Amino acid sequence: MDVIVDNADKFWVGMQTTLTLTAASALVAIVLGVLLAAFRVSPVPSLRIPAAGFVNLMQNLPLTVLFFLVVFGAPKVDIRGTSYWTRAVIALGLYTAGFVCEVVRSGINTVSPGQAEAARAIGLGFTQNLRLIILPQALRSVVGPMASTLIALVKNTSVAVGFAVLELTSVVNQLNETGDAVPGLFGVALCYLILILAMSWAFEVLERKVAFRRWAPSCSTSRDRPASSGTPP
Amino acid sequence: MGTVLFDEPGPAGKQRNAAVTVIGLAFVAFLAYVAVKRLDDSGQFEARRWEWIQYEGIQRNLLRGLGATLKAFVLAAALSLVLGMVLAVGRLSSRSVVRWPATAVVTVFRALPVVVLMFFPYLGAKPLLGTSIPLLWCVVFGLTLYNGSVLAEIFRAGVLAVPDGQSEAAAAIGLTRGQSLRIVLFPQAVRAMLPTIISQLVVVLKDTALGFVIGYQELLFEGQSITDESRFGRPIIPVAIVVGAVYVLACSLLSILATRIERRGGAVHRKPGGFAEGIPPIEPATLAD
Repeated sequence: MDVIVDNADKFWVGMQTTLTLTAASALVAIVLGVLLAAFRVSPVPSLRIPAAGFVNLMQNLPLTVLFFLVVFGAPKVDIRGTSYWTRAVIALGLYTAGFVCEVVRSGINTVSPGQAEAARAIGLGFTQNLRLIILPQALRSVVGPMASTLIALVKNTSVAVGFAVLELTSVVNQLNETGDAVPGLFGVALCYLILILAMSWAFEVLERKVAFRRWAPSCSTSRDRPASSGTPP
Repeated sequence: MGTVLFDEPGPAGKQRNAAVTVIGLAFVAFLAYVAVKRLDDSGQFEARRWEWIQYEGIQRNLLRGLGATLKAFVLAAALSLVLGMVLAVGRLSSRSVVRWPATAVVTVFRALPVVVLMFFPYLGAKPLLGTSIPLLWCVVFGLTLYNGSVLAEIFRAGVLAVPDGQSEAAAAIGLTRGQSLRIVLFPQAVRAMLPTIISQLVVVLKDTALGFVIGYQELLFEGQSITDESRFGRPIIPVAIVVGAVYVLACSLLSILATRIERRGGAVHRKPGGFAEGIPPIEPATLAD
């Protein structure tokens, strides 16, 4: 216990890096992911196919390999002046975007077809339909799966420990040098537990806040809420 | 295209879609051009950076790495399935002495990053047990605890999704709760959840690459050792492409299997009344494909 208190500054720095990594890559992932989802349901094959290809690639490529490519590969192709942190954000953002895309798409699936048909009937085009009618409903209904994706992102930031980013997990390595690996391990595990349980609690509150009653007509999808979004990334 | 998001395009719509198609293609082509040009300008396509593929020793090392990856995968997958089963039974138990610890284990291990779980035996074994643990088992340990906990939730969800009539019928013919789980509920749950279970096994396969972080000599690790050699021009990008392609291929094969099973309807579809029907229900129209 003393070791943890004595090294509180290291834990704090690690925690901050983990949080900034998460925030920055979540931003990248959500913007890119929603865009990809819009591409994937669009009427234009030349947008649909590359987006689907990207998502498939991200779902089948280990994050560690992506880190290896981005973090070690960037200097090789003369992309200089980016820190390890920035490159980690790019790797995490691209990776998570693939999963965000699928979550949003599953949300689009839960909106009852009557909504889209009504929008078309009053003359809205595809982008208007998506922007004004479908996405606002879809995004509200995927708070749960989105939370799992972002929580998985927090855990995925730990891969950066192998790529020279001093985030929370790296505190174990730092303490190991002074022979305090065990308190380091338990301290780090405790930090992640607190962080992730707090996050899932916050998202549950948010989910209740944005929940809305859907008066689904009988012809619509049978489930109002998306079933479990499959496996977390 | 069974989509209701947009109308069948008319003449103007067709023109607009054609225009967006051209812009989309141009954009993709532009991205590809920039990427390829950058790779080419920095000499990533030079023959010396790809020569290593022809070396027999290197091929052997990579195959050994692939073997190590698959070994960790098979062990971790098998152990996670067992652990998942045990934890699911624990969580479904009617005794709180069993239910609470199982719930705690599942909650904690799902909240910890796999890397941290691998670090426990990797860095903690020496001070705690006085002996170090082989890296393979550190990797398997981390993968098993995490994926076992996730699989436990999948199994549990599957059991809870089996219609009540099934467990009631099992109780009525005198099966104990354990027998009813084993003989009646679990087989149906596993069948219904098979696609999800296989998707989780894809996660196990992908996550074996985390062993790289603690120095387990798996595929990526063997790949990286090639990049240390200056005679090949430290080929990081070529190695990442080749290693990535192998992983993508292996994971895709597993994913395709999951989709196949899902399509064929691994589960026997049931009416709310609980009568088994071989015919899948008519799916309601969905927005995206």
